[in-house]
Amino acid sequence: MSQTLAPAMPTASRQPNYGMLARNLFIAVVLAYPFLDLAFGWQALLAFIPMMLMITLAMGLNIVVGYAGLLDLGYAAFYAIGAYASAFFTSPVSPLNRILPDSPFFWMQDFWVAMLLAVLVAGASGALLGAPTLRLRGDYLALVTLGFGEIVPRLVKNLEPWTKGVKGMNPIGRPYLFDCTFGVDPCTIFGTQYKLGMIPYYYVTLAIGALSIFLIIRLRDSRLGRAWAAIRDDEIAAQAMGVNPVTTKLWAFALGASFSGATGAIFGAYLQTISPDQFEYSTSVIVLCMVILGGTGNVWGVMFGGLLIQSFDRIFAERLTGWVHKFGAATGVPAVATLLNNFDLIRSRLFIFGLCLVLLMALRPQGLLPARKRRETALIDETEEEANARLDAAVAPAGGPR
Amino acid sequence: MTAEGTGIVLDVTGLTKQFGGLTAVDSVDFRVQERQICSLIGPNGAGKTTLFNMVAGQYEPTSGDVVFDGRSLRGLRPHDITARGIGRTFQNIRLFTNETLLENVLVGMHSRLRSSPFAALLRLPSQRREEAEAHARAMDLLKLVRLDRFADESAGNLPYGMQRRLEMARALASQPKLLLLDEPTAGMNPQETLAMTTLIRKVRDDFGVAVLLIEHDMQVVMDLSERVTVLNYGQKIAEGTPREVQRNDQVIEAYLGRRHKRPEDEVAGAHA
Repeated sequence: MSQTLAPAMPTASRQPNYGMLARNLFIAVVLAYPFLDLAFGWQALLAFIPMMLMITLAMGLNIVVGYAGLLDLGYAAFYAIGAYASAFFTSPVSPLNRILPDSPFFWMQDFWVAMLLAVLVAGASGALLGAPTLRLRGDYLALVTLGFGEIVPRLVKNLEPWTKGVKGMNPIGRPYLFDCTFGVDPCTIFGTQYKLGMIPYYYVTLAIGALSIFLIIRLRDSRLGRAWAAIRDDEIAAQAMGVNPVTTKLWAFALGASFSGATGAIFGAYLQTISPDQFEYSTSVIVLCMVILGGTGNVWGVMFGGLLIQSFDRIFAERLTGWVHKFGAATGVPAVATLLNNFDLIRSRLFIFGLCLVLLMALRPQGLLPARKRRETALIDETEEEANARLDAAVAPAGGPR
Repeated sequence: MTAEGTGIVLDVTGLTKQFGGLTAVDSVDFRVQERQICSLIGPNGAGKTTLFNMVAGQYEPTSGDVVFDGRSLRGLRPHDITARGIGRTFQNIRLFTNETLLENVLVGMHSRLRSSPFAALLRLPSQRREEAEAHARAMDLLKLVRLDRFADESAGNLPYGMQRRLEMARALASQPKLLLLDEPTAGMNPQETLAMTTLIRKVRDDFGVAVLLIEHDMQVVMDLSERVTVLNYGQKIAEGTPREVQRNDQVIEAYLGRRHKRPEDEVAGAHA
């Protein structure tokens, strides 16, 4: 097994490094995508923005589920809190709009400030939810988070004076860069006016996603990240090593939730309308599936899983269906055409999705790209002997003290 | 260098633990001096591990007190106690099996590292320096237990004897003043046992820690310990140097059973 990996290492410097190449190509395509999309007329830009938002959400959830091992079934609640917090500060329909512009706090209506506030609010609510669940483990914890995920949309529906209830909030403040407000104004770049449409949203979403990954990796490799892993593996041993389980878990909930705060803010601004039904249980489940499908605990796995699910959900299901229908019509045989017209991936996408999950869990429960590839066995058989040899060496100078 | 300290590191007084109607540990007193190696022995179910768990804060004592380094540990949680300076290993090894050896030892340093999550997010110079030092120190500890070659291996992949040594390195990472070792040589072959004994003594000498160990291997106990406390049915039945304890009648009885009695004793006993 390890032989397939081992020889690749020394030759890597001479042969082109395909992994590197693939990565750089991926980054280049992602960076240039809006222009490729325009040039080739793919018309998928609007699918990519929510897709990247969902992947960023999955990254945040991965802190809670993957790193700290706390099963959270209500993560969409923080997404909702982030979106509503941002809308609350920036939307003209928000009750705050009546007092804020003339108050010394008018700067809170600025989109970027509101987004930061949304991050803080989401993070704080993460800690707030975390607090009562600290004594719970496994199934019980999952049930409480499920409850929280149900409570938040219901609160939003019923707190009408603040949230506009089921009608939702609309419009919402838009992000801007320099003088250009996203999605409305034509932007002036070097004296020329461009109609950029949704392209700025793409880049902002991408930047936030990339920044999230960057920060999450830093967290993972820090003292806190190690404490998360320890708590996840063995809470009693972690405590004995000086890890405070209470603060460690609260950090996981708070930091995990804060990433969904930023995501929620962009999401609201992008759609220009938010309503409680966007944050129902199914959103939590989809995000959780992205984490599990890719490989719980591995940033790149989560990204891959997210890309897979989201691109199927938002792009391929629809396109494939269209292609099949066209093919049916092209055959010219009415029977085939009707038959193929019944083929509908969009309607059966949840079925396909469920089927894939079942298969995955049966065949590869650790996910497509698991957190750590474990080297197996060979080491142990070999080193039992070596260990004894070394132990002999260790015993030799034993007479010394005493 | 090996000047015997006279200070008392651990002072356990009247420590009692009841589980429902069962008194697992019954008002036990004992002391551990600085740099001393002490053993806690007794038959299975004598309450040794329960006592350990009370000292380490895993269990709340029903009554009695544990004074460590001059201050009571009453009401402290396990992680606070680790920060105070008690490190421990477990009877059935509890490593973080999915993490590498290096990460295991780094987790052991948790209470000695200060960087906040914000420092980690910004990767401040202070945080980077601390991490670099921690890594270097973790590697030193792995060298001490001769596992540095496997630093990037998953701990779960190690054979049993090595796992015990890794647990020891992890416990040392918290810079303890007192090391609690729960059956450090359980399941080891004679060779490994000897290496472990050597390691324990070396750790005491080099790090100046006091060691309290639970052990069933009498060879190890007699060889290693300066003081032995014997528990039976939760009560302390003997205490002293290994030699004293070895000759103690109650200890022999606890381990080997009551000596065969003469018939007249039986009769006298029946009347009483």
